[in-house]
Amino acid sequence: MELQLLGIGILTWIVFIPIVGMIIVLLIPDSRQDAIRWTALAVTGMQLMLAGLILRNFDRSMLGINESGSFQFVEHFNWITVDALPWIGKVEITYFLGIDGLSVLMVILTALISFVGVISSWKIGKMVKGYFALYLLLVTGMMGVFVSLDFFLFFIFWEIILLPMYFLIGIWGGPRREYAAIKFFLYTFIGSILMMLVMIALYFSIAYTDPVTGELVHTFNLLHMMNPDNLVEGSILAGINTTWRYIAWIALFVNFAIKIPLFPFHTWLPDAHVEAPTAISVILAGVLLKLGAYGLLRISFPIFPDATVYFAYMMAVLGMISIIYGAFCAMAQTDFKKLIAYSSVSHMGIVVLGIASLTTQGMVGGVFQMFNHGIITAVLFLVVGVLYDRTHKRGLTDFGGMATVMPRYTGVAIIGMFAALGLPGLNGFVSELFSFLGAFSAFRWIAIISVTGIIITAAYILWTVQRVFLGKSPEQYKNLPDLSAREMVSFAPLIMLIIMLGIYPGPTIKLMNASVSHLVDLINIGGF
Amino acid sequence: MENQFIYWLANPGLNHFLMVSALLFALGLMAVITRRNVIMVLMGVELILNSANLNFVAFSHYTSLSLEGHMIALFVIIIASAEAAVALAIILNIYNRFRTINVDEISNLKG
Amino acid sequence: MELQLYIQLALITLALPFAGFLILIFTGKRLPRNGDWLATGLISLAFLLSLFILIAKLVWHHNETITSSLNWITLNDLMGPSSIEFGITVDNLSAILLVVVTMISMLVHFFSIGYMKGDIRYSRYFACLGLFSFSMLGIVLTNNLLLMYIFWELVGISSYLLIGHWYEKKTATNAASKAFVVNRVGDAGMFVGIMILFTSFSTFTFETIFDAISNGELPFESTGWLTAAGILIFCGAIGKSAQFPLHVWLPDAMEGPTPVSALIHAATMVAAGVYLVARVFPLLTADALLVIAYIGAVTSVIAATIAATQMDIKKVLAYSTISQLGFMIMALGVGAYAAGFMHLVTHAAFKAGLFLAAGSIIFAMHKALHKTNDHHTDAQDIRNMGGLKRKMPVTYWTFLIFTLAISGIPFTSGFLSKDEILAGTLAFGIMSGHYLLPVAAFLVAGLTAFYMFRALILTFHGEHANATRLEGVEESPKVMIIPLIILASLSVYIFYSFNPFGAASGWIFQAIERPLSIVPVAMQPISNLLFHNVVSMVHSIAMGLSILFAFSGIIFALLVYKWKKIDADRLANSMGMLYKGAFHKWYFDKVYYKVFVDGILGFVKGLHKFDDKVIDGFVNSTAGVAIHLSNISKWIDEHIVNELVTLTAWIAGYAGEQLGRLQTGKVQTYLAFMVFGFIVLFILFI
Repeated sequence: MELQLLGIGILTWIVFIPIVGMIIVLLIPDSRQDAIRWTALAVTGMQLMLAGLILRNFDRSMLGINESGSFQFVEHFNWITVDALPWIGKVEITYFLGIDGLSVLMVILTALISFVGVISSWKIGKMVKGYFALYLLLVTGMMGVFVSLDFFLFFIFWEIILLPMYFLIGIWGGPRREYAAIKFFLYTFIGSILMMLVMIALYFSIAYTDPVTGELVHTFNLLHMMNPDNLVEGSILAGINTTWRYIAWIALFVNFAIKIPLFPFHTWLPDAHVEAPTAISVILAGVLLKLGAYGLLRISFPIFPDATVYFAYMMAVLGMISIIYGAFCAMAQTDFKKLIAYSSVSHMGIVVLGIASLTTQGMVGGVFQMFNHGIITAVLFLVVGVLYDRTHKRGLTDFGGMATVMPRYTGVAIIGMFAALGLPGLNGFVSELFSFLGAFSAFRWIAIISVTGIIITAAYILWTVQRVFLGKSPEQYKNLPDLSAREMVSFAPLIMLIIMLGIYPGPTIKLMNASVSHLVDLINIGGF
Repeated sequence: MENQFIYWLANPGLNHFLMVSALLFALGLMAVITRRNVIMVLMGVELILNSANLNFVAFSHYTSLSLEGHMIALFVIIIASAEAAVALAIILNIYNRFRTINVDEISNLKG
Repeated sequence: MELQLYIQLALITLALPFAGFLILIFTGKRLPRNGDWLATGLISLAFLLSLFILIAKLVWHHNETITSSLNWITLNDLMGPSSIEFGITVDNLSAILLVVVTMISMLVHFFSIGYMKGDIRYSRYFACLGLFSFSMLGIVLTNNLLLMYIFWELVGISSYLLIGHWYEKKTATNAASKAFVVNRVGDAGMFVGIMILFTSFSTFTFETIFDAISNGELPFESTGWLTAAGILIFCGAIGKSAQFPLHVWLPDAMEGPTPVSALIHAATMVAAGVYLVARVFPLLTADALLVIAYIGAVTSVIAATIAATQMDIKKVLAYSTISQLGFMIMALGVGAYAAGFMHLVTHAAFKAGLFLAAGSIIFAMHKALHKTNDHHTDAQDIRNMGGLKRKMPVTYWTFLIFTLAISGIPFTSGFLSKDEILAGTLAFGIMSGHYLLPVAAFLVAGLTAFYMFRALILTFHGEHANATRLEGVEESPKVMIIPLIILASLSVYIFYSFNPFGAASGWIFQAIERPLSIVPVAMQPISNLLFHNVVSMVHSIAMGLSILFAFSGIIFALLVYKWKKIDADRLANSMGMLYKGAFHKWYFDKVYYKVFVDGILGFVKGLHKFDDKVIDGFVNSTAGVAIHLSNISKWIDEHIVNELVTLTAWIAGYAGEQLGRLQTGKVQTYLAFMVFGFIVLFILFI
């Protein structure tokens, strides 16, 4: 599948168009704030259109995962090549982009959430230029992670994300923003270091024979890493079910678990969410958390299928703990944003539970849950943002009776809330259903215990609805304006998706089905 | 014994000159080191120079150096006069600056 | 008639109320009269359609099951594609319930036009009724567990929205949340049950699951898991049908508007649990059925005793509903399948009627109290009523008919179904030796007659509790009265069976037959044939006892409340703990509140602290450790490394200082040194 514009592949476009936007934003004089905003909107809008184009041309039957032939929109160039060092052979880092069923949903999610994020950042007034420049850089990083198939490239994009995120939280955040930003940065950075170590170990352990020249080539190419034939004899990660492979898996897992975030690596999330401005919370919950689960699926699972099988039970247990623990913690919160942050922990636990099952149903559920959670949580953070914009408060007990004051807003919020609660007919249900079904067939008791999570979820969500939207409204908030047109625009696509995917998820599931079941296949062959 | 000394004294040779020159040098050195007055110090320097001159001339007379020693002596005298001029100028400046020509009080280089 | 036509008609029936919901929720406020005519018209149309379906079905295709499904999701597995189908099925069971649901819903719509007049969220109310009707019809029509679960949750959410209709009231929102969360507990169990079945059979469709089990496939090769699956699915019914121990939400749900209580919390939604058990009946093992029977029995006894002590008319009816639902569940548990289902149908009519009549009373009370500017008196408390018979004759007479029906007096519909259930439990008790079940059943039958007549007498007979206050009470408008009359006429035996003493010859018994059990033989309940034989043997005894208990209940109620031969308070006192326990609803609410609400809130607070202090504390303390480490290294750097550097500098400085003393600044000293040095060198080298 080739799709090019001006001779440049579409994936390069979609990744780097925000960088172009960033440069334009930097060239616009400070005073013309509206021009800056519109540029950012236009750039993310273009990105969204490109994502649509990708979706339209995506072939659902192609497998991907470890077969380079069945990736789509592939761009593959040599980037850094060091010729034949005497004792290690040729060194190769490639610029290798491509998508398959795992990443296509994430690409669409990223484009959509970025677009919505720009709309909801419209009211940012402090250092507009810097904000949008960093924002666009962030978008590039996220998009890059989802489309790169070279570990080195993956790592670079992974790190690119950290920097703008740090500043976006640290400059435009709430009162404890420095603390939150530092915590976020250090936490994720520790993970990155672990990943880098594994990356280097893999690099030395993997070498393929160049079919043309017959040289031994060390590479960062993920697809080569997935092929066990390429393991160098006697290297650190050679063999199967070896201690070093387990250690490498754990190191990667910790990195991804921090991003997901999985219990007990989750504590950066509430702080970061509470301090971050609305749009950044949306990005953080909508896209950033998915990086972790995506990394597991893209890197840990296919490269270390043996260790994945070995640790699947542990993953499921951590997922279960996250589900229940997150839900309980959410119930204890009095801050609306913190509540949603913990609910994210709970919902991402479902993702982990689903993918840990290593069954097609569970993984489809997990990947779909990633997408759905992205959309639902984005809605929820936007919901909080609306209230915060108007009242500068977000305590759950500060409000009440918003249903009377802002009926349209309440409608939107309730749909989001109920989707998070897993109400059938909305998208959250479908993915939870599949995740639990898959988990049940793999780990019966864990799934049964996890199901109690949906009861607790119902309890805290309804309690929240009751405290914020029902009851009598406080005197000072009697005249809050209902949603503005701009806010409606930012909600509309998300709400539409929530309902559409809830009623007819078939096509979306088909989008990833082939790749996911191929991945399951791969793990089952490699792991047993 | 006495005769010998008188004999030696009455028959001046190189050693006599050297002896005088050494005495002169010692006196000059003494003056340079001990006198407080810069002018005196300068005079001491002149004495040292003259003792050297004496040596040059004596060596040139008693050895086969012929006139070369005289030549040098003449040079020294000329340079000494120039040096005296420069030195006096310095002394004048020192006086202008410190209002004294006592070397003990001019100890700006003290560590 | 073409079979597919049934499916199409059923789909249209399903779609009509949903269309009403969509239209009203978006444009309701702009429509004339806020669109109540639209909702009512659509549901009436749905009623006519479903009536047509029922009649056509019974007349032309009596024994057929018509199913149609379409693919919702296809999942390509390693084993090949597996698809999740959504389908609907029209058989006698669903066709009958279709009519019941649409009819009650239609009557409630009409009633609401009067009752909800002038409400601030009038159109939203009708929209939610539409959503409810849609989801309830979905439950009735679906042919698979997943779709059942989906609609199951949707009725839950519409119930939530309607209970919380007056959401300014804290009690209403509390009740709504409580209803949903308590239901979720049951639903979680049901979900696990569904997971067990799906994991074993890769399908959600009832038929396919039943086929697989009858072919000897068992979940995880164990009959234990099959029993567990049955009981877990029944958990859904425990939640929705408010069975012990999850019955606590239903009385609170009475915070919603009264017509809603009639529709959702008396006639239809709460009966969904019964319907669910009826649907999955074939896969229930004998053990599972026994559990079901006992849960039903316990529920009905508990609820009946509570109902006999309550003062709020809606609470009395709510507990009565729970008790009757327990009856139906017990009937299904003992195997009296058709009887239980028939009781669902007859109960729907007379209980909806009771609630609407109660609604009519409350409506009238409210108006009367409003006129006297009295906002403190509870319009629902039967102690504040009395003597309403003269003021509201139609309401009274209909209420009386409903009361007779629920008490099981001959010639009413309630008698027919209740009598069959009692006979069924008696037969089951005799055959299996579980005598507790028939004892409970007869006890409840007597109690039912007692508490219903108690409510009737206190409300309508005697004198006004407060003459001036109740002066203004008047009969409700026609739009509310007519549904009452229709329901009252439907509480007469003639609609169900031409023989007032034998339900078995009625059309419901003809249409509904207990499905064959498909579980392994050793696990099967008592076979249908044997059961029938014993039932017909004990039938006349059961009938006699049933009439006896009903009448004694009534007479006791008359003795206490009408003729005042026995003082109610003295009676209560003499019952001691028994009365107190029942009056306080056997402390379920209090204990649950303490354990679950307070307990969990306390727990989550602790957990949050744990998260904050231990887990986050760990993270922060690693930062602390890092800071300490850096402090140590800072100390080392300052005091050791840096000191070494300083020391060398100091040495140099010191040496310089000492040597500097040589530097007198005096030229002559220097010269002296020079000479001295020269001499030393001279001595040394020459």
